[in-house]
Amino acid sequence: MAQPLVKKDDDLDDELEFSPFMGIEKGAVLQEARVFNDPQLDPRRCSQVITKLLYLLNQGESFTKVEATEVFFSVTKLFQSKDTGLRRMVYLIIKELSPGSDEVIIVTSSLMKDMNSKIDMYRANAIRVLCRIIDGTLLTQIERYLKQAIVDKNPVVSSAALVSGLHMLKTNPEIVKRWSNEVQEAVQSRAALVQFHALALLHQIRQNDRLAVSKLVGTLTRGAVRSPLAQCLLIRYTSQIIRDMGNHSQSGERPFYDFLESCLRHKAEMVILEAARAITELDGVSSRELTPAITVLQLFLSSPKPVLRFAAVRTLNKVAMTHPMAVTNCNIDMESLISDQNRSIATLAITTLLKTGNESSVERLMKQITNFMSDIADEFKIVVVEAIRSLCVKFPLKYRSLMNFLSNILREEGGFEYKRAIVDSIVTIIRDIPDAKENGLLHLCEFIEDCEFTYLSTQILHFLGIEGPNTSDPSKYIRYIYNRVHLENATVRAAAVCTLAKFGFMVEALKPRITVLLKRCIYDSDDEVRDRATLFLSILGNDDGLVETDKDSREFLFGSLEAPLVNMETSLKNYEPSEEAFDVDSVPKEVKSQPLAEKKAKGKKPTGLGAPPPAPVSGFDAYERLLSSIPEFATFGKLFKSSSPVELTEAETEYSVNVVKHIFESHVVFQYNCTNTVPEQLLERVNVIVDASEAEEFSELSSKPLNSLPYDSPGQAFVAFEKPEGVPAVGKFSNTLTFVVKEVDPNTGEAEDDGVEDEYQLEDLEIVPADYMVNVGVSNFRNAWENMDPENELEDEYGLGPRESLAEAVKAVIDVLGMQSCEGTETVASNARSHTSLLSGLYIGNVKVLVKAQFGMDNRKEIAMKLAVRADDQSVSEAIHAIVSGG
Amino acid sequence: MELSPKVKNILLLDSEGKRIAAKYYSDDWPTNTAKEAYEKAVFSKTKKTNARTEVEVTALENNIIVYKFVQDLHFFVTGGEEENELILASVLQGLFDAVNLLLRGNVDKREALDNLDLIFLCFDEIIDGGIVLETDANVIAEKAGINSIDPNALLSEQTISQALATAREHLTRSLLK
Repeated sequence: MAQPLVKKDDDLDDELEFSPFMGIEKGAVLQEARVFNDPQLDPRRCSQVITKLLYLLNQGESFTKVEATEVFFSVTKLFQSKDTGLRRMVYLIIKELSPGSDEVIIVTSSLMKDMNSKIDMYRANAIRVLCRIIDGTLLTQIERYLKQAIVDKNPVVSSAALVSGLHMLKTNPEIVKRWSNEVQEAVQSRAALVQFHALALLHQIRQNDRLAVSKLVGTLTRGAVRSPLAQCLLIRYTSQIIRDMGNHSQSGERPFYDFLESCLRHKAEMVILEAARAITELDGVSSRELTPAITVLQLFLSSPKPVLRFAAVRTLNKVAMTHPMAVTNCNIDMESLISDQNRSIATLAITTLLKTGNESSVERLMKQITNFMSDIADEFKIVVVEAIRSLCVKFPLKYRSLMNFLSNILREEGGFEYKRAIVDSIVTIIRDIPDAKENGLLHLCEFIEDCEFTYLSTQILHFLGIEGPNTSDPSKYIRYIYNRVHLENATVRAAAVCTLAKFGFMVEALKPRITVLLKRCIYDSDDEVRDRATLFLSILGNDDGLVETDKDSREFLFGSLEAPLVNMETSLKNYEPSEEAFDVDSVPKEVKSQPLAEKKAKGKKPTGLGAPPPAPVSGFDAYERLLSSIPEFATFGKLFKSSSPVELTEAETEYSVNVVKHIFESHVVFQYNCTNTVPEQLLERVNVIVDASEAEEFSELSSKPLNSLPYDSPGQAFVAFEKPEGVPAVGKFSNTLTFVVKEVDPNTGEAEDDGVEDEYQLEDLEIVPADYMVNVGVSNFRNAWENMDPENELEDEYGLGPRESLAEAVKAVIDVLGMQSCEGTETVASNARSHTSLLSGLYIGNVKVLVKAQFGMDNRKEIAMKLAVRADDQSVSEAIHAIVSGG
Repeated sequence: MELSPKVKNILLLDSEGKRIAAKYYSDDWPTNTAKEAYEKAVFSKTKKTNARTEVEVTALENNIIVYKFVQDLHFFVTGGEEENELILASVLQGLFDAVNLLLRGNVDKREALDNLDLIFLCFDEIIDGGIVLETDANVIAEKAGINSIDPNALLSEQTISQALATAREHLTRSLLK
């Protein structure tokens, strides 16, 4: 701080004194603006007033229409002055005031004069201002000058015209497109920035003409581009072309790859980064193509410049999601980044390491992270927690150290979002890894002993109520739960009462003790807590209860609300207290919008730092609830599997439909999620007609049409089929959407009374063997494998023919089987010639299936596979082999 | 589809996070309240870091922000999360060096406010509607440094009354202090 002493004194005297804008006020400045009208202009003073006006606008002050017009008119007077400094400020304020089209006319002649001035600065700025404020008709008048300006020998003028062209292409494309000859000439300019702007404009003009674009790129990649910025553009255009061609050319070298690769040796770092990123984002990039890009990024990792380190680690983080093996070479460099001054870089490094790490390095990594966690902000911690959760799913054997880590950080200070991320992670781990359950539940119990967040406490109590009673020693949780009844607020107390009741109901041995505890709760100070306690006491007290009531109680305690909560709320609000009791059955069960889980998946997820892969939470619960709320399907029994949505329409058609296949023991339900994308239409009686002639084993049972489908609010139609029980029947279904379409008045939003019947052909839908397989993981594959009867093992060999890579073959087999890969065996080491994948799943009829698939590749890329299947039921093993030989 | 590099905003804040000058080129922050909230978030996220020797970088709300501090001034340039951060850094460096040239090396809040017109012109010469116009600090400073290249307003040609007005202004300011 080598400030002169005098200044320091001033600062101390009065912090605000030195600001020339202290106490500035809009009214006064507008008064001052009258100097613009003086016959004897004082350029210095006028400049100052304009600066003040700009300051006000910049601070967020807004001018009324009248004020703005007044200022604008007086500003136009300043064109009389020959002072260049003032003129420069005049240009600036006109752009900021953005005058209306009726006012623009006053300055156009002055600006057009400046456009042809001898002073380059005038020409350049007059163009920028004019193009900012004029409309199409005026544009045609000045078009001639703009074309000249594009090829002006002064680069500033040329750039001004080109950038203005870029802006106007959005409003007046047909005019700008006529300039392509001039723009083409400017691409050859020696001035770096002119070349950049010209290239951007030329590409924009021709973007719809693929041939022209690829010709342009083809010429330029041969090395005529000087500016690094232009080179970056060229890389972006090139990768777009590669993307577009992707589907057409299969064999041999990827076109333009050589160009991208050569850019990795460019002297400008921004070009190197752009090229490296482009290569990592190529569709189906091979490890050979990736290697040079990873190498330059690795060099960046140890750069003294934070921006370079950030850029490199950010890119590697993305690569790690798809090609973890390719990034492992950089692990040592990234480990040193954990202690980076810049916390964004450190967090990215950690999450990347968590993705690429192998099973043996987990413990070492966790040690490093523990030191790091204490001094980063919550938002970074959340990213780390999410990365750890996915790591745990990947390496179930390591759950112990990961769970310990989570429980440690759970005890430390932190905000709500952070704590919730940790709790969510522990819950996920408990669900996915049965071995981790008891340990995890105890951690959660300890957490609620000292938890300041009501929401988290109630969530955990609910979770305890469901999972706790099934553990080896349920009684040990009671103390934690009952403590809540003493120490917490009413909401948590009420939740604790519910949880206690669940334990009492599920664990016969605990029932007397729970009853005692609940009896104490009926003296609680809060109504809700007392009510709940009384209610549960009477349920539990029903000792010699009939099976019927037992079932009811169970339904009451563990079942979910049949009707959506929103509907329940509306119904309760509409209910007027009277003699007649409120009838729960009267609540409409129709779900207004799509299930939450699906929305989440579709909505653009906030992808902050190193966005974690989507958490393995499925919409299964939501589907199950939805289906059981529909009376027609309620009798089908337990839902076995729901597929992910399959699109039945092309993107951007009038009606967008996707289907979810729900598999039951002896039924199949298709859930058609329909969206109407035409604002002027209302669809009614929307139904799907399914032709099952190519699916012989299925017979249509019932369908549930959608009554009304307004614009942009998704709805569901259902069709149910019967099939032989427990049999994995397959078949093909063709679908037609039928509906009555009504015109909607866009002004009033009201639909006309008369509609027209119409139909819409959807794409075919198939039930494949994988639909009967639920991908359930096992924590220890070897143990599980040993525990299965080797008698039932079936082994066979298959030739898979020539494939692009081993990884592709592995993925294809996993997809066909629809099974869960265990212990990270879905990733194939680059250049490996053999690989073993361990898969597990649950086949229809709840039969556990384990598969060991060994792959080998010979010199001609022919791939052979040895498939060993163990299942509880020999017939299922046979079925798995049948799937593979059929697929 | 547009592929040109885009700058979403340029911010110049003081050591308390107050706006000295800001220019937004995207619709992500439609109101002044939204802008101020963003500036506050950016400032509080970066204020503890040391960005005085090298350009630093961070991510916030799906944006990439590069920044550099000098004295009591904080410079920021924001771009989308897909943006090449080295391009943003070159914009920031251009801005930073140009301001340094224009303020003749005395880069602090007081000088910046005294020469706010130059700062505004500087912004205007670097980015036009989100598109990078120029990144070479010398060119930017030359274009924005209007007074030095002005052929018509040399000091000798200033009228007596203008000179007097300037002197009077300086006098009143020093008296008021």
